[in-house]
Amino acid sequence: MKFALGRRWPLILLAVVLLGAFAFAMFRTGPLAPIRVTVHTVADGTVTPSLFGIGTVEAQRSYAIGPTAAGRLLSVEADVGDTVTAGQVLGRLDPVDLNARVAALDASLARAGNAVVAAQAQQRDAAAKAKVTAIEAKRYDTLADQKFVSPSAVEARAQANTSARAAVDAAAASVAAAQDDLTRLQAEREALVAQQRNLTLVAPVDGVITARQAEPGNTVVAGQAVLQMIDPSSLWVRTRIDQNRANGLAEGLDARIELRSHAGDAHMGKVVRVELLSDPVTEERIARVRCDRAFKEGSVGEMAEVTISLPPSDAGPIVPNAALRHINGEKGVWRITEGKPRFVPVSTGAESLDGNIRILNGLSSGDTVVVHAERPLKDGARIKPVEVITGLKR
Amino acid sequence: MISLAGRDILHGWGKFVFTGMGLGLLIGVTLSMAGIYRGMVDDAQALLGNSGADLWVVQQDTQGPYAESSSLRDDVVRSIKGLPGVAQAANVTYFTMQVALGERDVRAMVVGFEPGEPGAPAYLIDGRHITRGHYEAVADVRTGFRLGDRIRIRRKDFTVVGLTRRMVSSGGDPMVFVPLKDAQEAQFLKDNDAIVNERERLAANPSFNRPGVPGLLDSVIDAQTVNHSVNAVLVRVATGHSPDAVADTVRRWKHLSAYTRAEMEQILLVKLIATSARQIGMFLVILAVVSAAIVAFIIYTMTLGKIREIAVLKLIGARDRTIAGMILQQALGLGVIGFVVGKIAATVWAPIFPKYVLLLPEDAVRGFIIVMVICGLASLMAIRAALRVDPATAIGG
Repeated sequence: MKFALGRRWPLILLAVVLLGAFAFAMFRTGPLAPIRVTVHTVADGTVTPSLFGIGTVEAQRSYAIGPTAAGRLLSVEADVGDTVTAGQVLGRLDPVDLNARVAALDASLARAGNAVVAAQAQQRDAAAKAKVTAIEAKRYDTLADQKFVSPSAVEARAQANTSARAAVDAAAASVAAAQDDLTRLQAEREALVAQQRNLTLVAPVDGVITARQAEPGNTVVAGQAVLQMIDPSSLWVRTRIDQNRANGLAEGLDARIELRSHAGDAHMGKVVRVELLSDPVTEERIARVRCDRAFKEGSVGEMAEVTISLPPSDAGPIVPNAALRHINGEKGVWRITEGKPRFVPVSTGAESLDGNIRILNGLSSGDTVVVHAERPLKDGARIKPVEVITGLKR
Repeated sequence: MISLAGRDILHGWGKFVFTGMGLGLLIGVTLSMAGIYRGMVDDAQALLGNSGADLWVVQQDTQGPYAESSSLRDDVVRSIKGLPGVAQAANVTYFTMQVALGERDVRAMVVGFEPGEPGAPAYLIDGRHITRGHYEAVADVRTGFRLGDRIRIRRKDFTVVGLTRRMVSSGGDPMVFVPLKDAQEAQFLKDNDAIVNERERLAANPSFNRPGVPGLLDSVIDAQTVNHSVNAVLVRVATGHSPDAVADTVRRWKHLSAYTRAEMEQILLVKLIATSARQIGMFLVILAVVSAAIVAFIIYTMTLGKIREIAVLKLIGARDRTIAGMILQQALGLGVIGFVVGKIAATVWAPIFPKYVLLLPEDAVRGFIIVMVICGLASLMAIRAALRVDPATAIGG
């Protein structure tokens, strides 16, 4: 050969490099390359499941204060944010003619009192008259026995005595009537005064005004709220928890409350009530979570994230939830046997919020399973376990 | 038997190799172009495959949720779950929007899904699946988000807890998976100003703000701010039932549109990417013609460059077949170098493309055959020129 190796070798080198790169391109990238996976060795342990829900801060006791009859507001004496005490006057309604009617009744009462006095005087007069006629009738009876007067004179005195006694009864009845009248007028006055009192809006308990919904001059109807107030010591979080994750929710569980305005700053609390009625539209269960100490910050209506801790599960195989796959509706994991992945169906139990899941059966401690994979796996696919799947941009 | 072509190539191998490399870059572009088309088809199929559904139930007379918008009430899923042959059914929402991470925002398709049901991401490449009912997200690696990032969708912040790969919309936008309720809220949530304005508008309307009917206004406002719509119901058909039969039942009795996987694929491929596919097909044809022309010119000029030597060969009695073989072998050699360089180049630059480029081994084999055929054809002109050389030119000049 005339061509020395010295002239040929750059060409051979080039060919080798090209072919090497070509082989790399064909077999290390694209569909023919082994699938990089991360693996996890199953170990026994327990998971501490938690429930996560979001809720709004609400007051357990809130009061809508308004009139019992329609009327016009004369004054509103408290504003939003004011702290009020039980019995404090918060507003008044225009009494319209109530005061005048009370005055009229007062006059009627005075008059009725006078009528009672007059009736009592008439009663005394009738009694005095009856006393005289009784004496006269007795005297005529005695005189008649001695035959000093005629029987007709005796009868006339007896009749006068009977009439006088009847007049006494009549006078007693008019006194009673006058007194009844007085009682009626007093009752009417009391009713009016009660109505008058009703025109004053008072605070039922100690609390804070949260809304002022009408102003002086507004006409409000019966039942309409003029002011809203809450008892700030009764704040709790109305927490909504997805029904299919609400398993284990019960009263008395510890909870961690994070207000939206104070993210990262958690309050500890307890579930104080699990409502029997869940929301059928949003498919959520509703639990009331109360903070151990009263909220100093935050506001009613503010969103809060609530994490409720459940008791830990029993010990058993634990895998990360990323290892779980659903293939044809079957839940399972890719278990590595002799370096090849095989799909094994599993049934799962409790899951913690950090993504660990308790395997009830299908796996045992010491098995190796695929957690992450670069591409979908198939039974017996070529895989290459790595620490972290890196370098993927798409 | 000595190889004339080999000898000739070795004589000026630098020129030959660099010509082959130039050609290779052109072939690389062609292979990438085919890869882009495959990538588009694969994006569409990835979208269908990732959903894990056998059947898409959407608003009546729409081709949603990918090709058209579709809106259903979220309680429809319950009536579908009760149909014979339905193994699983789940609500899902799809909405393409800008997802913000700090200052940066990424165009992504936000998917609202129910964990463990069709529509959920099938596998992860990092992190974990969503465990909380709210404010956690699984993002596709193409969004550029990393585990632990706090991303903002409308007015809610989500924590990225897992990463997926090849979870893309038909347009190639990466997906961000969030719990269904959050997605429903995000998709139909008005901004705060709009809500406040709407409240004022309603309060100013005497029909809704009647004196004597306390609470009416609040009820109307409440009714307007909640949303119970989804874009589609994904159905997994029980084994032993045909998706077509279940789809027929849905269409007939539920008065909704239902598409099987084949029909959905048809919609995505034919209606969504057909124009782009034709565009790429056009480019492929032009590139093939240009490559053929370039190979032909190169071989032709190479042949003309050594026309004197060929004349000498003829003079010493070389047969036509030998000369033609030499030129053909050189053309095919160029093709091989070009293909190898092209394949490497395509593999190297494919990940840089903004859209997914899928290089299939079948395409590579097909490309190799086409390159060889083109090179063979392109050498014909040069062979013809070489065979018509008069041996006398070797002496006469």
